[in-house]
Amino acid sequence: MTTNIHASVNGEPCQFQCETTDTLLKVLRENLRMTGTKQGCGTGDCGACSVIMNGELVCACLVLAVECGQADIRTVEGLASAGQLHPLQQAFLDNAALQCGICTPGLLMAAKALLDKHPQPNETQVRYWIAGNLCRCTGYDKIVRAIMGCVS
Amino acid sequence: MEYCAPGTLADVCAALGAASGTVKVFAGGTDLLPRFVAGVNPPGLLIDIKHVPEAREIRRLADGGFVIGSACSGAQISAHAELVRSWPGLAEAMDLIGSVQIQSRATLGGNLCNASPAADSVPALIASRARCRIAGSDGERELPVEDIIVSPGRTCLRQHEFVVSFFLPARNPRSADAYLRMTPRTEMDIAIASAAVNLTLDQQGVVNECYVVLGAVGPVPVYALPAARILLGTRLDEEVRQRFRRQISALCRPISDKRGSAEYRTDVAAVLADRAALTAYNRASS
Repeated sequence: MTTNIHASVNGEPCQFQCETTDTLLKVLRENLRMTGTKQGCGTGDCGACSVIMNGELVCACLVLAVECGQADIRTVEGLASAGQLHPLQQAFLDNAALQCGICTPGLLMAAKALLDKHPQPNETQVRYWIAGNLCRCTGYDKIVRAIMGCVS
Repeated sequence: MEYCAPGTLADVCAALGAASGTVKVFAGGTDLLPRFVAGVNPPGLLIDIKHVPEAREIRRLADGGFVIGSACSGAQISAHAELVRSWPGLAEAMDLIGSVQIQSRATLGGNLCNASPAADSVPALIASRARCRIAGSDGERELPVEDIIVSPGRTCLRQHEFVVSFFLPARNPRSADAYLRMTPRTEMDIAIASAAVNLTLDQQGVVNECYVVLGAVGPVPVYALPAARILLGTRLDEEVRQRFRRQISALCRPISDKRGSAEYRTDVAAVLADRAALTAYNRASS
């Protein structure tokens, strides 16, 4: 069954058609061609597809596209503005907090959701918050350092 | 697969009644979606209950009891300060499930209806004496949470029924609950044993009401009545706790798998129940 959905993606009104079994992740990547959001496990375990939906961090692979009517969706493509990297993106670069980069969009969105909700987390809170984002390259320390560097 | 998202309880019941093929009630989807998005047997109809007000509210009743909608997420429960104060054990059980991403979506009703032997919130719900409001095309009924799960992955809900909400009874003074679990990893893992304890003390600090429920040590949560009886009339002295631990282990019927042997689960369940009882006792005293 094909459904027509109106939502907002990175502040822009957005319309797409989807099957009822399509995930938000599939629609972002294949219908809207926004491939910044990565597919990892597809079962909510790795966090690579993390996006912010209505203010809450979710795995886009665990959200059905048909649920997204009127939803406010934020993806990694919306972080930079006017040619300027978001401070988190700059901090990830400055701290070499990525190698292969597959986990990076998800981690950036997770870190953004954290700082939106808790502007001054301590290191333990940062580590617990990103427990749902797997990275097999960095060993996490550089990622934690990058996020801590953005704490106001 | 058809999808609908009714805005009222009556419309959910009507959709359940009218469905001819397979139907699934859907809220957070963290257990449901990975199963059928891969193309494996999606249901004929998916009914999203997240727009039903009764399934989304957390409401404190005049007498101090609570109603929690079945589609309330872990994040929603953790953010409700009054509920967390009254039922810290239930709140910590729900909060242990998955990552931040999962907490945004996973629901209390889903954790029950998924009927996993290792479900974290279920032992805490049973220990709290919670009751389920169940609605369907043939009307409503109410059941205690311990009656819902009949075997791993199976509930007693009929084809055209769903859990609307949970009712938690009013708290007596000097009451508290606690929940502990053991996982092979620190985060993002499933319990190999768990224990929920809910107790009330009299003015002298003697336990006069006590409920103990174990998770992941049997096909369904273990309502540890004989163990709870050992704590009644005591202040949890060391000798009492020794007998309590032995009784807990005697009630365990776990499986062995790659995540934990039956022997280990049996031993650790006793330690967890003992520590949960102490935590609940200290919370109730303060």
